[in-house]
Amino acid sequence: MFALVRVVAQRLGLGVLVLFAVSLIIFLGVELLPGDLCEEIQGQAATPETVAACRKELGLDKPAVTRYLGWLGDISKGDFGRSLANQREISELIGVRLSNTLFLALVAAAISVPLALVLGILAALYRNTWYDRAVNVVTLSSISFPEFFVAYILILFLAVKASVFPSLSNVSPDTEFWERVYRVMLPAITLTLVVVAHMMRMTRASIINLLASPYIEMANLKGMTRSHIIVHHALPNAWAPIVNVIVINLAYLIVGVVVVEVVFIYPGLGQLIVDSVQKRDIPVVQACSLIFAATYVILNLTADILSIVTNPRLLHPR
Amino acid sequence: MTSKASGKKIGELLLEMRDLRIDGQSDEEWHPIIKGIDVVLHRGEVLGLIGESGAGKSTAGLAAMGFARPGCRISGGSIVFDGIDLVAASEEERRKLRGVRIAYVAQSAAASFNPAHRLIDQFAELPVQHGKSSRGEAEADAKDLYRRLLLPDPDNIGYRYPHQVSGGQLQRAMTAMALACRPDLIIFDEPTTALDVTTQIEVLVTIRDIVDQFNTAAIYITHDLAVVAQMADRIMVLRYGELVEENVTHAMMSDPQEDYTKTLWAVRSFQKQHAAKPEVSPLIKVDHVTAGYGPVMVLDDISFEIHHGQTVGVVGESGSGKSTAARVITGLLPPRQGQVLVNGQPLPGDYRKRSKSQLRHAQMIYQMADTAVNPRHRIRDIIGRPLAFYLDMKGDKLENRIRELLNLIELEPDQFIDRFPGELSGGQKQRICIARALAAEPEFIICDEVTSALDQIVAEGILKLLDRLQRELELSYMFITHDLATIRAIADDVIVMLEGRIVEQGPTKEMFTPPHHEYTDLLLSSVPEMDPTWLDRLMETRRTEGVMASASTS
Amino acid sequence: MSDSSDSGITQTADAVPPPPPRQRRWSDAWREMKKAPMSAKFGLIVIFGYVFVALFAPVLTPFGESEIVGAEFEPWGTVGEQGKTFILGTDNLGRDMLTRLLFGARNTIGIAFVTTCLAFLIGGVSGILAAALGGWVDQALSRLVDILMAIPALIFSLLLLTIFGTSIPVLIVIIAVLDSTRVFRLARAVSLNVVVMDFVEAARLRGEGIGWITLREVLPNIRPPLVAEFGLRFCFVFLTIAALSFLGLGIQPPTADWGSMVRDNATLITYGDVTPLLPAAAIALLTVGVNFVVDWFLHKTSGLRDDQ
Repeated sequence: MFALVRVVAQRLGLGVLVLFAVSLIIFLGVELLPGDLCEEIQGQAATPETVAACRKELGLDKPAVTRYLGWLGDISKGDFGRSLANQREISELIGVRLSNTLFLALVAAAISVPLALVLGILAALYRNTWYDRAVNVVTLSSISFPEFFVAYILILFLAVKASVFPSLSNVSPDTEFWERVYRVMLPAITLTLVVVAHMMRMTRASIINLLASPYIEMANLKGMTRSHIIVHHALPNAWAPIVNVIVINLAYLIVGVVVVEVVFIYPGLGQLIVDSVQKRDIPVVQACSLIFAATYVILNLTADILSIVTNPRLLHPR
Repeated sequence: MTSKASGKKIGELLLEMRDLRIDGQSDEEWHPIIKGIDVVLHRGEVLGLIGESGAGKSTAGLAAMGFARPGCRISGGSIVFDGIDLVAASEEERRKLRGVRIAYVAQSAAASFNPAHRLIDQFAELPVQHGKSSRGEAEADAKDLYRRLLLPDPDNIGYRYPHQVSGGQLQRAMTAMALACRPDLIIFDEPTTALDVTTQIEVLVTIRDIVDQFNTAAIYITHDLAVVAQMADRIMVLRYGELVEENVTHAMMSDPQEDYTKTLWAVRSFQKQHAAKPEVSPLIKVDHVTAGYGPVMVLDDISFEIHHGQTVGVVGESGSGKSTAARVITGLLPPRQGQVLVNGQPLPGDYRKRSKSQLRHAQMIYQMADTAVNPRHRIRDIIGRPLAFYLDMKGDKLENRIRELLNLIELEPDQFIDRFPGELSGGQKQRICIARALAAEPEFIICDEVTSALDQIVAEGILKLLDRLQRELELSYMFITHDLATIRAIADDVIVMLEGRIVEQGPTKEMFTPPHHEYTDLLLSSVPEMDPTWLDRLMETRRTEGVMASASTS
Repeated sequence: MSDSSDSGITQTADAVPPPPPRQRRWSDAWREMKKAPMSAKFGLIVIFGYVFVALFAPVLTPFGESEIVGAEFEPWGTVGEQGKTFILGTDNLGRDMLTRLLFGARNTIGIAFVTTCLAFLIGGVSGILAAALGGWVDQALSRLVDILMAIPALIFSLLLLTIFGTSIPVLIVIIAVLDSTRVFRLARAVSLNVVVMDFVEAARLRGEGIGWITLREVLPNIRPPLVAEFGLRFCFVFLTIAALSFLGLGIQPPTADWGSMVRDNATLITYGDVTPLLPAAAIALLTVGVNFVVDWFLHKTSGLRDDQ
């Protein structure tokens, strides 16, 4: 057990380290601006005096290390600073949108994870049959589609031609739960279509890899039934790869929402970051990037740790 | 063989495979792997299937269970097990036979045990799933079998996971598992190939005892003649999926009929003419070397010398440090302490600090010829590169020298010079490696298990070639191997290594005559001999001398 | 020991099929192509078609790339003032849709191709070097790549585009650098498998320099996976650029580009008009084609059938 705890602790430590490195990169990125933030804000109207005043106000006259530590300290208290575009508290802007984005990702995950696992395991078990080949071609194609292509096709057929779902997913904080689910259905299906292909191909590959192991052949030669082999011999060893597949794709979902949110004009974090990039509202872009990156890092870390704790070699050391 | 047949009766017909044909799929086409062989086995009988790699012995063994690996298919012939036609039977009928009446012991126990379950769970699922006994009965039986197979701590070892148990013990645990339902037939597929000789012998002994005790019929698959001679009542020699020869063991061993079989048997006949050791200073002197990786010490104060025109054989089991010694000499692993001297001059510890001529004088030949030559280079480039690199050869001079070297290693230049390694056999590739080493015009060549991956006849050819080159070119060899027969054939001096130390060294003739160091003795006596009574005699001596007790704890 | 008997034994025991002739690479390739599955043939035809259109766009198109030739959003088949037909109608500014679509092939594919090449140059070279040199070089490069890959690529490129502005060179460099991390990982991983081989050790012990080891020993052995990865990376880069253009942050007007064409004409969808789907379909068709070919190539070269 000690070995296990040590390895997990190592990974957690590493994860924290990565988060720091990521925050540093996001912070330093802005330092690379030709000129600085104040010249950026004031644009044509900049005079040396106003720029200097602005620098003082934003603390840009202090050394970079001090500013970085201050920035990090503020963020840990939930204070991301103010938007350049409208002077609002960024944390206020982000709050509702983050929960909207997570909601959309969760709905998509709730549909796509079970679907992908079932399809992937079936493709692995019925390998090289017409089902497997058809699935291969279909998933290869759907991986190749840009998200907005899928999204507009769905809008065309499910919103315009047959008015099953709304083409715009406008929700507000007081929209009730089922209404919310109904409104995010099209973006959720879009995300599902994109992510299911990936997830099921990965599931299929890891299950086939597993079924090729000598201990599965041994179980066959011991005369075990097919269902016993799958449940007792394949499944306990399949958790690690499958969990990995799921988590990696959840991370992909969170990031993949950006384009989909824009298509469906859904008030999430992705739309905010795109708007802010267009307005060059740097503090907001920084904040959103940090949140996306942190989610991504944490999910990948989770996958890592889950695959460690399901490894019998670490669970039962010599 | 009477000694093995003692105490058991060879009974009625159990398995009959007639005109067995199996195809394998590669590149979307079917190719024959087994081209029509007949196998007949009676109750209580042990049949040895022997052949070189690719002879189709494993495929034939699995066919006895009505099983074909993915990508293979049984394309013809009949397989009748105790009156049941396994080809015509449904998959469900075949499944019910497997593990119950026909069991299988795989080559790699480490890979064939499920890492997620304890040994005893994997034992117990057999009788429980087949409805033969309850879980409790199965566990009690497992412990009993573990005891009979001489596993340490038989009452508790089953509650360990596979990775917590050593290779030799796992192999015995797998044999116990095969016995769980007291099958009529067990297929042993190279069960000791992955083990060291001293471990192999324990597994051989327990397998044979258990087969005797339960009067089980067995098919024993191996490439090792000496092993099969100890285990089998009858031997079938396979080659390219066809039967070469079949006979009872003692007749087969004493009087093989077919030319191919004779060449197999004759393999160990080669014996080098020992040259007198020159009285001058040694070519290579390894002087009190200590080395290791990170915190792990692999070599502990090693010293030895290699003289001009002589071969020093280094022998030891896996992990003994014999390959590490070679890495120190080549400079891949700088020593922590001590040094390597060439003609009395110390060599820099790191190969990157050595001069071109220092590098040129010590060449290396590897175990796996497949990975020792770049598959994307033509033979011309492989042999030509050292010539161009060290000796600045170009144009016609280069071309002529490459052809000369190919002639030297007995490969026809016109036929081989433009080939890629993939178009050569294993033995031919090893010859190319020798030519590449010779191209540098070295004084000294390290041969790291150069014959271990080759079939025996091919290995014999390589040994003869190396011997001839040594005489013609006055080369010195450091010959690393785990195979004592090879050492005996080629070495002038022998070094025996164990756990990073030299336990004994001296001239080959003296080393192979007693008295030996205790470990040398264990190692020497564990090497299977062709004599079918060898294992019995050995066990007799060990029982009286008590060597086995120390060996079985390893 | 007589040599003749020795080589006699060698031949019987060590027989090998006669060497296949090596000269017919092209006819081999043609034969392989004819044996290819339908999906791969389809992919090859698509790729050749796109390359043809990209090369000859100015000849094939009836109008100039950003020439305004008629009213906005003309339906398919409208005849314009110049007497030429707008086969696919006009866009939101009154430019000919077909013309924009064909020029889009040139711009979108060209930029994605250049970006992928740059990504391979950066990632491939550093990956092989990291594997061959090992030690602190490998450690430093690998840790750097770990951290860069910890930030999702799309988000990272959004951040960088905010800072550096959106121009085509900036876009190419940013995407190439971010994508090179994945190339680095693959190149390093496959090189590591080769670097541990005895023939590389033999070359090191011969005293060969790093140039020979990477270019002559390692590179020829990792070509197939790198070629396959090039196809996959191209698709990924192509889709990323399309997504960025769609978000209005990639290729900027008036350059014809499929991603921004979807964005500009998206409103038509709400009237049930499929025109804006055409550039999107053009993107999808090419990536599908490339993916099919890569899938087949992986089958052929490495037996990596089940590797995703």
